[in-house]
Amino acid sequence: MSLRRLFRSPEAVAGFVILGLLGAMALTAPLLFPGDPLAIAGQPLLRPFQDWALPLGTDRLGRDVLAGLFHGARTSLAVGLAAAAASILVGSVVGTVAGFAGGLVDEVLMRITDAFQTVPGFLLSLALVSVVGPSLSVVVAAIALSAWTGPARIARAEVLSIRERDYVASARVIGMHPIEIAFREVLPNALPPVLALSSVIVAAAILTEAALSFLGLGDPNRVTWGGMIAEGRAVLRSAPFLSVIPGIALVFSVLGVYLAGEGVVESTAAREGQA
Amino acid sequence: MSVILEARNIVRDYHVPGSFLKKAKTVHAVKGVSFSVEKGKTLAIVGESGCGKSTLGRILTLIDPATSGDLLIEGKKIDIAKGDLTPEMRRKVQIVFQNPYGSLNPRQKIGDILTEPLVINTKTPADERRDRAMTLLKKVGLEEKHYNRYPHMFSGGQRQRIAIARALMLNPKLLVLDEPVSALDLSVQAQVLNLLADLQDEFQLTYVFISHDLSVVRYIADEVMVMYFGEAVEYGSRDEVFADPKHSYTKTLFAATPRADVESIRARLAKKKAA
Repeated sequence: MSLRRLFRSPEAVAGFVILGLLGAMALTAPLLFPGDPLAIAGQPLLRPFQDWALPLGTDRLGRDVLAGLFHGARTSLAVGLAAAAASILVGSVVGTVAGFAGGLVDEVLMRITDAFQTVPGFLLSLALVSVVGPSLSVVVAAIALSAWTGPARIARAEVLSIRERDYVASARVIGMHPIEIAFREVLPNALPPVLALSSVIVAAAILTEAALSFLGLGDPNRVTWGGMIAEGRAVLRSAPFLSVIPGIALVFSVLGVYLAGEGVVESTAAREGQA
Repeated sequence: MSVILEARNIVRDYHVPGSFLKKAKTVHAVKGVSFSVEKGKTLAIVGESGCGKSTLGRILTLIDPATSGDLLIEGKKIDIAKGDLTPEMRRKVQIVFQNPYGSLNPRQKIGDILTEPLVINTKTPADERRDRAMTLLKKVGLEEKHYNRYPHMFSGGQRQRIAIARALMLNPKLLVLDEPVSALDLSVQAQVLNLLADLQDEFQLTYVFISHDLSVVRYIADEVMVMYFGEAVEYGSRDEVFADPKHSYTKTLFAATPRADVESIRARLAKKKAA
């Protein structure tokens, strides 16, 4: 029922088609391109559509661009989803505790949130990766480090209104422990607007990961689109396709995540409006 | 007759913290109220909005502590600020809130809402919990098939019945009814009031009935306490208070009740014509 409403908007359909393609690319990458995508596959700087064994050509070292694109989708999606999940988890817990406990706890937690919010997110990620060293999990942590503040603020605002509802008072009357009230009665009802933020966070995470890789701070053992763009930068005039192809992939995946997320939010909003 | 509930000089102050330009001040919501209720009787607490009747209700149901004064349930003194609240004491007092749309968690099924008090306070096995929930569902005029539904599938009157069933799950001695019918249609009000009267007879319940509706109070109360700006200005049996109101506020309150008999409508029209 709500699925039908979801697919009535062409933007949402487009978003899900792009996401589906991305997911398919990520899942089939090891099947279609077994072996190391960082291995040399042919002569260097082969242009696209010249050799059908290497349809998108090769880079300066002779690595298959199409294989890189497929394996890069894995990295981008994994980093985007993991970073969004981590920041929403941390953010909603911090926001719920702050909003529910109130007083000094609220004050301390929110000032910490402020501190993280005033430092530019990318700088924070850059600092963490360059100190700890580049690996996929560090990149995820670095992105989550700057992205959890949004969910925390929204969760807190929701909790402040929900904790005054009568069902919270009646949970207290039946003797429920305050921690249980916070996480079983309040948090689930505070979550929808926080989740609405997730598509924005995923999209931003994909971009941040690409930017980190572009600066050479991505996981060196994985193909990433940002890394591919950086690789093509040196030969931008003679072989622009090396930067353009992963760039297009990046644009489409961010667009897809965004459109799909927007579609989901809108269809649930329509449902609530009807109830 | 045994006294179930006794309140001695209950005071509740709210401190409003000051800020840069405002001085901190103290709001006296309840200013030393004393009363007692006997088993199986109904005490109605009447007063205008903001007179402290709901604050008093929250103190009686052990949601908020009183600033000073003693609260005795079955002769035992309870002070939740000291944290000496046992599950046995908890079970004796339950509450039904005014707004049936706010008092049920929208993300819990009716069955979970009803069995939750037993899960927290007793060691009743799951099938017995379910049986008791089913029995009470039928007792409040709903059906077994409603067990697995969500609150948004019910009307206001049905929700209030669910809230009453939940309050009865723990076999309480005392039920605080905080304007339980004022959010309902007139016809549904009568049904719910009749249900409450039947349940009182069946389970020997004691009610504290908070209301601003004098016609409802006249129907259900044995004793009446009128509150005005945090003070109990009148306290006596229903017939005494209704026949001979002593305090000027009570007189104003009775005069403000609209009369629907033919004589008074004629008198009102005549007065309008004359003016």
